[in-house]
Amino acid sequence: MTDLIRRDPRAEWIARNRLHPLHAAMQPQQTQWMGPNGLIRKNPHALASGFIGPAGIKRIDRSGAQQGTGKRQSTSVEVQSPLHVVEQPAFIIAVVPDMVGGRLGSHDKDVLGLARGLAGQDGAVMAVIFGEHKEQSFDTAGVDRLLQIDGDEYVGYSPEQRVLALRALESEYSPRHWLLPDSRTGGGELGRRLASSLGERPATRVWQIKDGQTLGRAGAGREDIGQATPRLILAAPECAEPVSETRHEVRQVTLSVHIPRNLPRIEDLGSVAVDPAQIPMAEAEFMLSGGNGIKDWDLFHRAAIALGATEGASRVAVDDGHMPRARQVGATGTWVTARVYLAVGISGAVQHLQGIGACEKVVAVNRDPNCDMVKRADLAVIGDAVEILQALIERVEAYRNGAKRDAA
Amino acid sequence: MAELNVVALVSIGAHPASGRPRRAEQDARAVELGLGLKHVKLDVVHAGDPQEDALRAYLGMGLSALTVLEQTHETDALPALAEHLQMANAHLVLTGGQAETGEGSGMLPYLLAERLGWPLIAGLAEIEHIENGSAQVLQALPRGQRRRLKVRLPFVASVDQAAPAPRQSAFGPARRGMLTREEVELVDDPLYATAQWQPARPRPKRLKVIKAKTGAERMKAATAKASGGGGQVLAGVSPRDGAEAIFKLLHDEGVIR
Repeated sequence: MTDLIRRDPRAEWIARNRLHPLHAAMQPQQTQWMGPNGLIRKNPHALASGFIGPAGIKRIDRSGAQQGTGKRQSTSVEVQSPLHVVEQPAFIIAVVPDMVGGRLGSHDKDVLGLARGLAGQDGAVMAVIFGEHKEQSFDTAGVDRLLQIDGDEYVGYSPEQRVLALRALESEYSPRHWLLPDSRTGGGELGRRLASSLGERPATRVWQIKDGQTLGRAGAGREDIGQATPRLILAAPECAEPVSETRHEVRQVTLSVHIPRNLPRIEDLGSVAVDPAQIPMAEAEFMLSGGNGIKDWDLFHRAAIALGATEGASRVAVDDGHMPRARQVGATGTWVTARVYLAVGISGAVQHLQGIGACEKVVAVNRDPNCDMVKRADLAVIGDAVEILQALIERVEAYRNGAKRDAA
Repeated sequence: MAELNVVALVSIGAHPASGRPRRAEQDARAVELGLGLKHVKLDVVHAGDPQEDALRAYLGMGLSALTVLEQTHETDALPALAEHLQMANAHLVLTGGQAETGEGSGMLPYLLAERLGWPLIAGLAEIEHIENGSAQVLQALPRGQRRRLKVRLPFVASVDQAAPAPRQSAFGPARRGMLTREEVELVDDPLYATAQWQPARPRPKRLKVIKAKTGAERMKAATAKASGGGGQVLAGVSPRDGAEAIFKLLHDEGVIR
């Protein structure tokens, strides 16, 4: 967005020049005129609207001598970064992002930024994703080619089948480098499986790649290993800056090689219900947090159980004795990293908003539509917390019962 | 049921602050998991220097003996371990997630599984039961979640931080326990010849780069409050509709299970 103040000297000159054919059009909005009864009428709104002066400060000129066109500020336009097109890539850098929740996480974006650096002008970054996704910003994250591998066999926990698919990619595109996030959310495991399957020795916990040299942490983090950049890289978070200055075409590609299908040796029996109260608050995935707006705390606890959410609270709720101190969210309590944060009756003090800075989706339920939490939230519902929580419990229970009936 | 052969692979750890040798945290969890299994014969194996005192800390957990495949620091542990496991007729191999000394790439369980042709469970939290030649286990996922998996024996498993905490090491058993040495063929690890090892440099802190071209934009970036950037606001809706909208978002995000 450009907010540059621009004077238009030509328009000002036309406004001064009564003989110019466009003189009338360049006159400022009429601010006073003679009414039908001989009274002088003034339009105070037109006067007070003013104009933006050369220093970027609003000026009101009541003398009526205001010249030039009214608005001298260029309209804000969405600036699109330049599109980087790689028509015939000299080589491919393959990236397998984690896609937690179907979206690129910050770790994924860092790895894509690292891949972009390795690809340079001639190479193309190919992102490989399994199954469906919800991501809309592959282009600004630096993905030149997108390979989406679908199929029933990739649903759930299927690392062995995924390695087979990646091996098929290896045989078709033979990427110059393989990059995976060295994370617990899948990349670390998949990358190591791929490494052992390809017989490549990976560099792990890599945090810098510079001039063909790779630096990665060794052991328990007391030493660094520097080595020539290997083919397979498992990169630590913040290994590189994410792509920010270019857009990329996200061209869809497919595998022409048939991916063999193996009989899974590891059978996925599904996720196990974990007591959400036992999960440490700092790493809970889904949190329900209550504040001053909660009048019925029993209902709040029931809602947390029904939703399967970890409980949190604002400072006020803790000070009032409704929740233990250990449950306080915010700068003075715990900094949470929940993927979904449901804030009920919390207006959003600065300290609280700092504490939820890492949360991806924030849902607010509040009476006050102007509070800071509503401004921060991705979805805000204005209304009474008690009624909305009750309706939410009913809705979730109806959904659970429906699912049970389907299963039976 | 026949007795199962369980092998736990252990390494020498390093204290995070002082760097002194100690029993490795995750390997101790692997041993603890093996000790907790019923009707098994637990064999604890270390590839390295048998003179190392820290090894006795594993014996102090209640083991009578520990097998040491005698190696130097710069040798590759993989061939020796793979050969030993084949000879030992192991059904289940437990390892830590990654070593605290040396490269610590966490590749060993993967390479062992690949070489032996066994399935691998990464991030094991608990073994629920072993029946009819297959095991039902819990895998630890990030954010405190668990996943139940079923896998046929034999398999390799690397334990997670979520596995039961290791018991204390007692001094007497640690002194009494036997260290059995085994001679193995030495294969050099090429990484020690090619890579440069250096003390860990502190990582540069990521700076918040503000790409503002004018002073007004810089001012705005410095003073702006955190905002989600125009979220959806539902005002004047019935509680039912509001709850429905919230439920839809939670369901799309996959947090309602």
